[in-house]
Amino acid sequence: MAEYRMPSLGADMTKGKLLEWRVKPGDTVKRGDIIALIETDKADIEAEVYETGVVEELVAKAGEELPVGALMARIGGVETARPPRIHASPLARRMAEKLGVDLARVKGSGPGGEIQAKDIEPAAPQPVGAEEAGLRMRRAIAAAMSRSNREIPHYYLETRISMARAMDWLARENAKRPLAGRLLPVVLLIKAVAKALVDVPDLNAYWIDGRAQRQDSIHVGFAISLRQGGLVIPAIQDADLKTPDELMAVLRDLIPRARAGNLRGAEVTSGTITLTSLGELGVDAVYGVIYPPQVALVGFGRIGEHVWAENGMIGARPAVIATLAGDHRATDGHRGAQFLDAVDRHLQEPDKL
Amino acid sequence: MNTLEMKQIVAEAMAQIAPEADLNSVPGGANLRETLDIDSFDFLNLLIELGKRLKIEIPEADYGRLGTLDSLAVYLAERAQT
Repeated sequence: MAEYRMPSLGADMTKGKLLEWRVKPGDTVKRGDIIALIETDKADIEAEVYETGVVEELVAKAGEELPVGALMARIGGVETARPPRIHASPLARRMAEKLGVDLARVKGSGPGGEIQAKDIEPAAPQPVGAEEAGLRMRRAIAAAMSRSNREIPHYYLETRISMARAMDWLARENAKRPLAGRLLPVVLLIKAVAKALVDVPDLNAYWIDGRAQRQDSIHVGFAISLRQGGLVIPAIQDADLKTPDELMAVLRDLIPRARAGNLRGAEVTSGTITLTSLGELGVDAVYGVIYPPQVALVGFGRIGEHVWAENGMIGARPAVIATLAGDHRATDGHRGAQFLDAVDRHLQEPDKL
Repeated sequence: MNTLEMKQIVAEAMAQIAPEADLNSVPGGANLRETLDIDSFDFLNLLIELGKRLKIEIPEADYGRLGTLDSLAVYLAERAQT
């Protein structure tokens, strides 16, 4: 008999709400199966079960809010008996551990039925298929975005920001640096957003329990699209306190792990705002859907040459269209305008970013 | 090294940066980043990897010459000679 308890789905999670069970009493479950959909402050998360057995009793009811660790279900038939002694070579044991193979299920081909190294690989579990993983991600995105569209009255603002100074600065900096030390324009955008949130903290908040709750730290969720489809939004912790070089180092760590599916739970749930930059594909502007319980999303289009009128003269210069999707429950357009203005201001002083 | 060999090196570097991207499917004259859906982050990593393998520096001012597989191979062959 095992007990299924409210899991901790993020370092700062204290409670969760059971939205629905995905199993019923009598169902056989195995380790890694999705057992329930749980709403946390950050997102709706499909929760996995850690045992293999049969669901005996669902203790928690859908809609119930429970602290982390509270009993939710009982799972019977969990194998706890001492397994029979297994004859396997040391190499086979090491390989089995590495590949996650249960030796009890492997048929040995050696003398006396001893399990040998060559028996392990064929028994290795197939990783979750790309199709299944993609489906799970689509469902998670569907849950979060549907909730956002259902609950959040979005307002949208956009402004065109000159990137002439920022790109000049970047070209000068990168000319001094070896390839591996070069900065991408997006780190300047991230830093400008983080600094603008220091100026306009109302947008760095969660909407929870019917009111906006400002967050002390600025963790910029950075949308990373996956080539096979889908996206993940790991948070860049304390982005306002990091230099452009430090932000670049964080991206170097985060992006490959995001693409490989190796992000930790807290990394994807701790963002206090989301930044999406779709300009690489040539779109001019992006109007985002806020990721609840955040109250704002900033979008950047392509940094490209724009016709620019100034002092009665027409010229061309690099510019970017920045957009803000704001939660109208938490802030009004005036606050949003102040924020975009601050982003612009910071991008005009790239050496201070 | 000639441009054919350079393309081979690009393919090897690419396999390391973005294993799921298939360089064989890219016509030599097609825009490399668009065809393979490579973002600026991957592209920078590709250049870092090429710089390491060929022991060359690639100034940012030269990025304009690196748009297609053909032009990238020609550029790398030139740089590797000097």
